[in-house]
Amino acid sequence: MCGIVGLLVKKPELKQQLGQLMVPMLIGMTERGPDSAGLAVFAEPLKGAARKLSLYSGLTEDGADFNWHGLTHALKEHLSVDSQIEVKHNHAVLTFDVSPDLVKKWLHEHHPRLHILSTGQTIDLYKDIGTPAEVAERYDFAELTGSHLVGHTRMATESAVTPDRAHPFTAGEDFCLVHNGSLSNPYGVRRMLEPHGIHFDTDNDTEAACRFLEWRLREGDDLETALQKGFEELDGFFTFLMGTPDKLALIRDPFACKPAVVAETDDYVAIASEFRSLAHLPDVKHANVFEPAPEEMYVWNA
Amino acid sequence: MHAQPVSFDLASTPLREVNTFLHRQLTEGDQRRFEVHNPDGAHNIAVGLDQPVTVEIHGHAGYYAAGMNKKATVVVHGSAGTGVAENMMSGTVHVKGFASNGAGASAHGGLLVIDGDAGLRCGISLKGGDIVVGGSVGSFSAFMAQAGRMVICGDAGDALGDSLYEAVIYIRGTPRSLGADAQFEPMTDADYQTVDELLKRAGMQHDPKSFKRVASARGLYHWNADANQEY
Repeated sequence: MCGIVGLLVKKPELKQQLGQLMVPMLIGMTERGPDSAGLAVFAEPLKGAARKLSLYSGLTEDGADFNWHGLTHALKEHLSVDSQIEVKHNHAVLTFDVSPDLVKKWLHEHHPRLHILSTGQTIDLYKDIGTPAEVAERYDFAELTGSHLVGHTRMATESAVTPDRAHPFTAGEDFCLVHNGSLSNPYGVRRMLEPHGIHFDTDNDTEAACRFLEWRLREGDDLETALQKGFEELDGFFTFLMGTPDKLALIRDPFACKPAVVAETDDYVAIASEFRSLAHLPDVKHANVFEPAPEEMYVWNA
Repeated sequence: MHAQPVSFDLASTPLREVNTFLHRQLTEGDQRRFEVHNPDGAHNIAVGLDQPVTVEIHGHAGYYAAGMNKKATVVVHGSAGTGVAENMMSGTVHVKGFASNGAGASAHGGLLVIDGDAGLRCGISLKGGDIVVGGSVGSFSAFMAQAGRMVICGDAGDALGDSLYEAVIYIRGTPRSLGADAQFEPMTDADYQTVDELLKRAGMQHDPKSFKRVASARGLYHWNADANQEY
């Protein structure tokens, strides 16, 4: 079991309340996913060539005492890269103006235990072990702002309970995916992707789906085409919720084995595994509440 | 009888207290009408009732609402999650909105009415209950249904009535496909009467003549070595 939540606000003034509206949604899914939680939030894109990485130091020896400012100094010294860093305990968002591949390569070499959560111009990503309430508190989720987000609460079935195996998973830039369910062919998908030079961080089944769909998008498929190929290639049970800089997308397996419910008003689109996570939303009593059909694509634009 | 129903607010009263109260043995003069407010998708609301009471749930119910119902009338003024009225024995459960997967699964008796659509596997393993769906049902509905009747006013997904036993399905729209061993059969006068009666009890108005009957071809009842596993 796991819980998924997603929220997209339609009015600019609600962007300030994105995190505040989402925290009860995430906590509402605690019974479905008490062991880990995470979310990806999409906000105004960085300008020009600027990129940002969300980083997690909890797997390093220093943990939350990781020397983040030492990291920016070292980047300056080794790569002549100017970077800014925003730190929340074991989490930081590192922003710079060069190719992210250059910085990531350096990070892999010099800080192999530092986990890169996401890369892009719009995405910030947080995930960790603990109850949804603990994780939300740890990273001040209520303070997050942006146009849309994707969240997850995990009850692990397919791989160990560790921060890097929590959801959302990311691949490439500004793409993330959360999953409720279990895939039956993740290793087949991996074996198909690895010859294309695609590297996996974990043994988690969801990562295979995430990297497959991002690979299709990178190969030039639009989101709908990529999702159609997902239906063809990914076998198992799934409700997938995905985020891109301007879209939320949801699909369910043909047997609808894993739940999803949507509430839509003039102000927002909210998605959750169960209505329990939507019940607190403003004016939800007058929302259009519906259950997404299996094997259909639901795409909402930010 | 009291004039006003007893009202519970799930925003302030734990569900377990509400269900315990609904389960207590009724005596002469006890209130038999109840309301539940702010259900907010909670699971197991009004499960296991076994006395002639009426419970009106105002809002969206979570999983297994009115599960195992016996004798009681439960109305959901909203949608219902997975497994509404599962294993119902008798009584009536009425969902005014849509119902998720497995609605009325293995119901032995009673009547389940869903005004909107029902999800997948509606009436799976039905054992004698009646189900009336105002909208459409999802795939694999009435899978292995053994007894009872199902009236579908809209369409059905794939594999309607797969591996049916003696339950009978009446459908007004079109199934995307019939399941193994399910077949359309001519409507008889008794079938029209059945549909008419069930529609009236559900408070729905359609011409019984617009329904088609789906029942078991009984081809799976006996092992056929020559079928090569194809049915």
